[in-house]
Parts: sequence; structure tokens; C-alpha cells
Amino acid sequence: MKNDVKVSVRNLYKIFGDDPQGALTHVRAGMSKSELLEKHNHVLGLQDINIDMRDGEITVIMGLSGSGKSTLIRHLNRLIEPTAGEIEVEGNNVLAYNENALRTLRREWMSMVFQKFALLPHRTVLENTGMALSVRGYSVADFESEAIHWLNRVGLEGHGNQYPHQLSGGMQQRVGIARALTSNAPIMLMDEAFSALDPLIRTDMQELLLDLQSELKKTIVFITHDLDESLKLADNLVILKEGYVVQQGEPQEILLNPNDSYIKDFISDINRARVLRVKSVMTHTTEKPEQCAGEVNERDNLESIIARSEGHTDKVYRVMAEDRQVGTLSMKQLMKALVPPLQENTPSEGADAKSETQTA
Amino acid sequence: MASYDFVFSALGLEKWCSAEQSSAPMSMADLLAKTKGTDPDAEISLWNTPFPSMDALNASCGAFPQSRDLTKGLEQGFLSIKDALSVVLDPITQPLSWFLDTALYGMLTAPWWIIIPLLLVVVQLVTKSFKLVAFVGVCLSLLAFIDYYEYAMQTLSIILVCAFLCVLIGVPIGIAMSRSNMMQRLSIPVLDMLQTLPPFVYLIPLIFLFSVTESKLYGIAIILYAIVPVIRLTNLGIRLVDKDVIEAADAFGMTDRQKLYRVQIPLALPNIMAGVNQTIMMSLAMVVIASLVSAPGLGVLVLRGIRNLELGVGLVAGLGIVILAVILDRVTKASLARINSAQKH
Ligand SMILES: Nc1ncnc2c1ncn2[C@@H]1O[C@H](COP(=O)(O)OP(=O)(O)OP(=O)(O)O)[C@@H](O)[C@H]1O
Ligand SMILES: [Mg+2]
Repeated sequence: MKNDVKVSVRNLYKIFGDDPQGALTHVRAGMSKSELLEKHNHVLGLQDINIDMRDGEITVIMGLSGSGKSTLIRHLNRLIEPTAGEIEVEGNNVLAYNENALRTLRREWMSMVFQKFALLPHRTVLENTGMALSVRGYSVADFESEAIHWLNRVGLEGHGNQYPHQLSGGMQQRVGIARALTSNAPIMLMDEAFSALDPLIRTDMQELLLDLQSELKKTIVFITHDLDESLKLADNLVILKEGYVVQQGEPQEILLNPNDSYIKDFISDINRARVLRVKSVMTHTTEKPEQCAGEVNERDNLESIIARSEGHTDKVYRVMAEDRQVGTLSMKQLMKALVPPLQENTPSEGADAKSETQTA
Repeated sequence: MASYDFVFSALGLEKWCSAEQSSAPMSMADLLAKTKGTDPDAEISLWNTPFPSMDALNASCGAFPQSRDLTKGLEQGFLSIKDALSVVLDPITQPLSWFLDTALYGMLTAPWWIIIPLLLVVVQLVTKSFKLVAFVGVCLSLLAFIDYYEYAMQTLSIILVCAFLCVLIGVPIGIAMSRSNMMQRLSIPVLDMLQTLPPFVYLIPLIFLFSVTESKLYGIAIILYAIVPVIRLTNLGIRLVDKDVIEAADAFGMTDRQKLYRVQIPLALPNIMAGVNQTIMMSLAMVVIASLVSAPGLGVLVLRGIRNLELGVGLVAGLGIVILAVILDRVTKASLARINSAQKH
């Protein structure tokens, strides 16, 4: 049922410094990032990364600043060479590629969108859009219709003859996306592609990306430090911390069962009702509930169910997927799912104790 | 009794000293001392003790070389490799003479009513500014009106040839420097030296190497002096190209050559053009000095002003140089501004 693995990363390590191999033995022996920096003056960039990125899915890599997201994505097209580990694209070991094969990989298999857009300032929007094709040796006349098609698709009709500096940030990033799409590569790498944009434009761009994705079904690797963005886009969410993977899987699953206090911190202040979907909190059953208050779609979010229930906590809904019942959802279940998982060592116990002494 | 006898006696070198009495002829200082009748062996007070220089040590020990032996040795060393150097350098630099001679011949034989409009067309092409064309036209006419046209054109053609060659040689060197840190570390001391060496000093070894009648003599002096900025700024410009754009070029699979021609050079062009501007201005400064070694042009008049105390000639020629400088500076700056506005970020 799951799609094929398109890109696979195995036991990937990256250490920055003069003697990465020497430092690697320390890391394998269990030395931490801060200890390695202190004792050996090497930066541990990535540590034992294992990720499968599936065909047609958006894999979101999320983490705080400095957690190694950019380093990881640059390994996929080997802008950075790993210290140890394997990277496979459709089963081919990318690390064994020679210069020519690597160039073909970058030209025809992977395209990239950058945080700071990285357009060529001395070329027109049209020439920038066709960059991937012109690198392969096509002339402007050859790629013009293709480039115009994608420019129109991202909403930039008629801007082809302008220069990048004449466009706003949001429009420049649309050019960045059009440039990546024009290369017609099946894999798209996006490093904080929307982070430099203001919130409204950002939402627009997320919609645009989802829209394009539903049609094109590319394999997208998307980097962000924004949890809302990652929950909105991700089919598969990977959370990085200090260079290692803390947890990965379906975003809803991570939201319901975070396995680390780092992730609990992350998810503590999001609106769970808006993000959680019926599908991930319902009881799987095909039996009709006794007092059915109505039918809901499995992809609805909990916020909409709460609105429908008008605050009644005793209702039970039938959960439908394509006209078939796949489960039931009671409002009690729903309420439970809205409570964020308790964090270890949170001051809540202390606060309780305090209030007790006060009442006494 | 000289000041440093004790050094040699302490080292037990008296024998070596007396065995090889310096055979060098008596120096001027010795002669003077003799005629004044001062006794070289008189006791020297601590206050007057000389620095232990080569000459002071020589006074104590005849076998120790004097400082003029050093300069003499350098000279002899240079003279002994000179012939071999000439064999190599002569053919390599021969095209420079041809370029310069052809340019001078062409500029002077073509009538003024072809050359001046031609120059104006060039100005229009690189600057696209009619105001500047008019300005240059007025300046050139002024120079021609006071009968300095020929001298000005000689100076101009030398500058154009030399600046062109500077760009032709300097840009590739700058690119090589930007690509390898090793190359940069090796080149920077050389560039520093070329830039700080007083321009007259270039001329000394060149006079020995080439005959003064050949135009490449001053050509080389000008190029050596003026090439530095274009090399430096090409290197700097390429190194300053936005890292993100370079990364994008890599990510889309550009080859090194594509990256160089499509990204690095175009984005470094404002810096390279700033280097060209400086190079042209420095050629102009050098072309005046190069008149000492037979470079024709306005510099010759300046020199005549100095030699024959012809105040008026010298001053007017100086003014002509200023006018040329202003023209060249304005035109290159205007084309630089045009490039800048074409690729604002
Ligand atoms: N060339 C390098 N040399 C040394 N250390 C590096 C290098 N590149 C990255 N690092 C280190 O690797 C770690 C991860 O950096 P990276 O840029 O991948 O973080 P990031 O998750 O992308 O952060 P941000 O959200 O700020 O972009 C950081 O600790 C950084 O200091
Ligand atoms: Mg980053």
C-alpha cells in the first residue's frame, strides 16, 4: 500500500573538522556533540541518520536552528560529502557516482529551491526559470514554452521579461519553484523555501505547493523549522535534534505519541484541534454506533467536529471514507486527544503542591 | 685600530683577515679620511662607535666584504643571467612592440577627422550617454586646437594597448587566484611588491634587458605597474559572488566552465570593471614616467619642460594629461555604472 522508497539514507554521519574519520570513531563510541566540540574541536553535523523518502510523498525535515537540516538535504545531491553512510536514489548508490553521473543526477533527477531564492540577478525571470534546461544545453527558444508554462502555473503570467530584483520576495520564490519544476526532475529539495516570506504569502505558497503536488506527485524533501508548516505539508515527518533523528513517522502519529521531551516542547503550544484529524483518533470499526449523531469524513480536523457538536460531549459520530464507514468517534475520545501528553519534569506537580499548601 | 677588531680576534679569525686583504679600490670615505689627515687608527669613543655594518667590519678585517660588494655582486649576477633572460623574454615580448608600434602608427597616420569621430562612437557605445560624448568631443577638440593632438593621441594609444593587454593577462590570473587559495597566497606578495615598488625602479632592470629603442621596454614597465588592480579586483570580485547563487549553480549541475562564464564572471563584472578603471588610470601615470625611456606622447613634453626649464610647455602638457585622465575616468566609470544598474540585486 505504501509507495516505493525513492531516496534512502542509511547510517549517515557528517563531521566537520580536520580529521573527521578520527572523530567518527569517538562518535561511534558514544561521544556527544558538545563533548566532541570541546575535546576534539570537531562539529558533529549529522549522526546515524536513517530515513526512507517515498515516491510521491512530501518528507518534511524539521528541527531547530543548527540541528543539521541544511547539512542533511545537501547530502542528497552531494553538495556536501558525507563522512560515513549511504545515500541511495532508486536503489543506486549516489556516493559511488563519478563526476558525470553526479552532474546528471543534479540536472535530471533533483531540483532545488533555496531559502534566499538564489536567482541569477543578471538574467531575466524567463532565463532563470529555464536555468536547468539551459545548463543541459538548450537555447532560450527551446525552453521558452516550457518555462512560460511553469511561470503561468505558479501565477507569474507576463513577468518573464523582468529581472529578479524587480519582483517581491514572494514572487521571487515563485520563480524559484518554477525553476525547479521546469527542470522536470522527479525529486525536489526545498531548504526552508518559505521561511523568508511573510505569514500570509507563506500560507499562499504552502497552498500552491500542495496544489502542485496533488497534480505532479513528486518526491519532495521539505525543510522547515516551523511546526505548523510541517504538519500542514508532511506525509512523513522527521524531527532532527543536534544532528540525530529524534522521531520520524506520520505527523499525526508523532503528535499523539511523542517519544521525547524535545518534541513535547515543540508540540505543546500548537492548536491540536486544528491539526489532528478524525482518522488518527477514531476507533477502527465498521459497526454502526447506537446513537449516531451524524457522519464525518476521516480527513476532517477535530476543530470542525467540535463546531458541529455545538459543545455536546455525549455525541458519537460515524467516520466515513469514500462512502464507507471506517470507524466511530465519540466526543469523549476527541476531548482526550486534545489534552497534550504530560511532560516529564514539568512544574505542574510543583504548582499543585503549592496550591495545596495555600488551601491548608 | 677599528672598533670591531675584538670580534675577529675573539673568534680567532685574524689569520683569515690578514690573509685576504680586500683588494677593492679605496672607497670615497677612506680617501676623504686620508686627505683630512685623521688617523684611522685613533681610539674611537663609545659615543662614536659605528653600527657593526659591513663597512665597519671590513675596517677591522680586510677579508670581510664591503657593502658595495653586495650591490656589485647583485649587478654582476643580473648581468650574467641577462643574456639568457633576453633569449627567453625577447621573443615572448616581441608582439608587444608590434602592438604598440601599430597602434601609434595607426593613430597618427589616420586623419583627425576619422580618429576623433571614431573615438566618439566608441564612447557612445560603451556609455550610451550623449552628454559624455559631447564632453569628450569638446576635450579632444581643445587638445587639437592647441596643437597637442599628436602627443595626446600617442599617449592615448599607448594607454589603450597597455590597458587592453593588462585585462587580457590580468583577468585570467585573477580567476586562477580566486580558484586556489595557494595561488592567492603566492601571488599577493608579488602584487604587493609590484604596487609599492617606485615606478622608476621598474625601468632599471628593463633598460639592461631590452634596447631603449624598442617600444616594448616602456610597454612592459607600464603593464607591470598597471596590471595589479585588475588582477586584485577580478580575484576579489569572483570570491565575493553570492555563495547562495554559486550553490544554486552547483545544485543545477553546472560544470565549472558554465559556472565561470554564466555566474561568476557576470556577477564579478562590476568589480572587474572597477579594476579596469584603476588600471587605465595607473597606465596614464606610468606613461608619463616612461617618457624617460623613449615613450612618446605628452610625457615627453613634460620632460622637456623639466630639462629645458620650459615652464609653459610643461604646464600645458600636464594639463593635457589631466584632460585625458578625466576623459578616461569618466568613460570607464560611466560604463561601470551601466553594468551596475543592469544587475542590481
Ligand atoms: N562548513 C561547516 N563547518 C563547520 N561546521 C558546520 C559547517 N556547516 C554546518 N556546520 C555545523 O553543523 C550544524 C548544522 O548546521 P546546519 O546549517 O545544517 O543547520 P540548520 O538546521 O540548517 O540550521 P538553520 O535552521 O539555522 O539553517 C551547526 O552546528 C553548524 O555549526
Ligand atoms: Mg539551514
